[in-house]
Amino acid sequence: MRVELDEPKCVASGQCVMASPDVFDQRDEDGVAILLEEEPGEELLDDVREAVAICPAAAIRLVEE
Amino acid sequence: MADTLAGTPDTAPSVPEYPMPRDAGCPLAPPPALTPLRDDQPLGKARIWNGATPWLITRHADQRALLTDPRVSNDDHEPDFPHVNAHRAAIAPFTPKLITNTDAPEHTRLRRSVNGPFLVKRIEAMRPAVQKLVDDLIDDMLAGPDPADLLTALALPLPSLVIAELLGVPYKDHAVFQENSNRVLDSSLSAEEAQASGRALHQYLDTLFHEKLENPDDDVLSEMAGRVKAGEMTHEEAVSMGVAMLIAGHETTATMISLGTLALLLHPDQLALLRESDDPKFVAGAVDELLRYLSIVHSGLRRVAKEDIEIGDQVIRKGDGLLFDLQAANWDPRAFPESERLDLSRPARQHNAFGYGPHQCLGQNLARLELQVVYGTLYKRVPTLSLAAPIEQLAFNHTGTTYGVKCLPVRW
Repeated sequence: MRVELDEPKCVASGQCVMASPDVFDQRDEDGVAILLEEEPGEELLDDVREAVAICPAAAIRLVEE
Repeated sequence: MADTLAGTPDTAPSVPEYPMPRDAGCPLAPPPALTPLRDDQPLGKARIWNGATPWLITRHADQRALLTDPRVSNDDHEPDFPHVNAHRAAIAPFTPKLITNTDAPEHTRLRRSVNGPFLVKRIEAMRPAVQKLVDDLIDDMLAGPDPADLLTALALPLPSLVIAELLGVPYKDHAVFQENSNRVLDSSLSAEEAQASGRALHQYLDTLFHEKLENPDDDVLSEMAGRVKAGEMTHEEAVSMGVAMLIAGHETTATMISLGTLALLLHPDQLALLRESDDPKFVAGAVDELLRYLSIVHSGLRRVAKEDIEIGDQVIRKGDGLLFDLQAANWDPRAFPESERLDLSRPARQHNAFGYGPHQCLGQNLARLELQVVYGTLYKRVPTLSLAAPIEQLAFNHTGTTYGVKCLPVRW
């Protein structure tokens, strides 16, 4: 599974970081999301799914390889 | 409204008034008239203060679809924008562009320029300071007379202290900003009264902002002063953002502390779970469930359609106003089974209590932090906490932006 982040849509609410801190971080200057793991391991996918579900900008997608 | 009614004035008695009255016997539940609307006519219309009849969106899934739809605008300069009251309608044409009244890409630029202080790691770094404030306020309450009003002892001072510290506003001035920000949001006051309070807050912040431009400190107003000097935002934008943060930063969290405590005291089994848990994840989940259950922002999010939007078998026309009732969606059983039950163990994270879409609450991470610390501390420190007045005697605030109690007498 691969994570896609649509950066221009990101409103930097940080919800992905709260849900899935191993996969997402925020840029210091404006809080825009940073993808730490493009292909996170199986054990992280539940958290990533939560991040996808709660992102208020609908800027994250989890796609099948 | 069905398409057959298109073009006829919405004067039919079936168009309900909004906001809707609550049932005095169930003060924490949504207005009873909302439930059948959501379940039988999820895309209906409602009549607001000026006679306009915007769409009333009540289902969780519909709210999420429309609040992330780029054709749905937050630009309150639009002529048919369904303003919350006469005051907001009167000031809209004179309000500068802010995160609260713009759309992408302008909104994205503005939001990113004020996001720094609300980064998850910066909020998390505040946890020890917030814990100290909560501990001290509880110490003071316990050292004072029993019973006490939880609002004045803890619920109001905590968020005021935190937002004042974050912004760099001297807490000694809290009477000025607390009183005026409550009045700005109070729909029972005349537009003139609310505007006078708005001007007083604006002048106060403007004076303070000039001081921060001269002598910057380690706070959010100084950070915005730096952005103004660098040409990244205007002076007016910065002052207006400061006012908005000051207003948004305390009434909301104060209400969640007091109304959340009331809800827990009325659900002793749930209160016991929270009191006995040492798991930060459980406490965090409990905060989100209380946010869902109480949905204190009860005056409806307001938007306007920029283009025609087909949804279900309806067409929302360009220029139509939209109202999103957050508690209706947060009690939608399609999203939250047995939604009328307060269940601190349920997964509640997908609630709309902070709104949804790009305008979702800027301060939500700060609010969650304050609530996690309060809910995780108060009931452990004061295990005998109980209501000191029958619930029938509590006065609820129906006219502010948030729905809460005016006073919460507690004993221990």
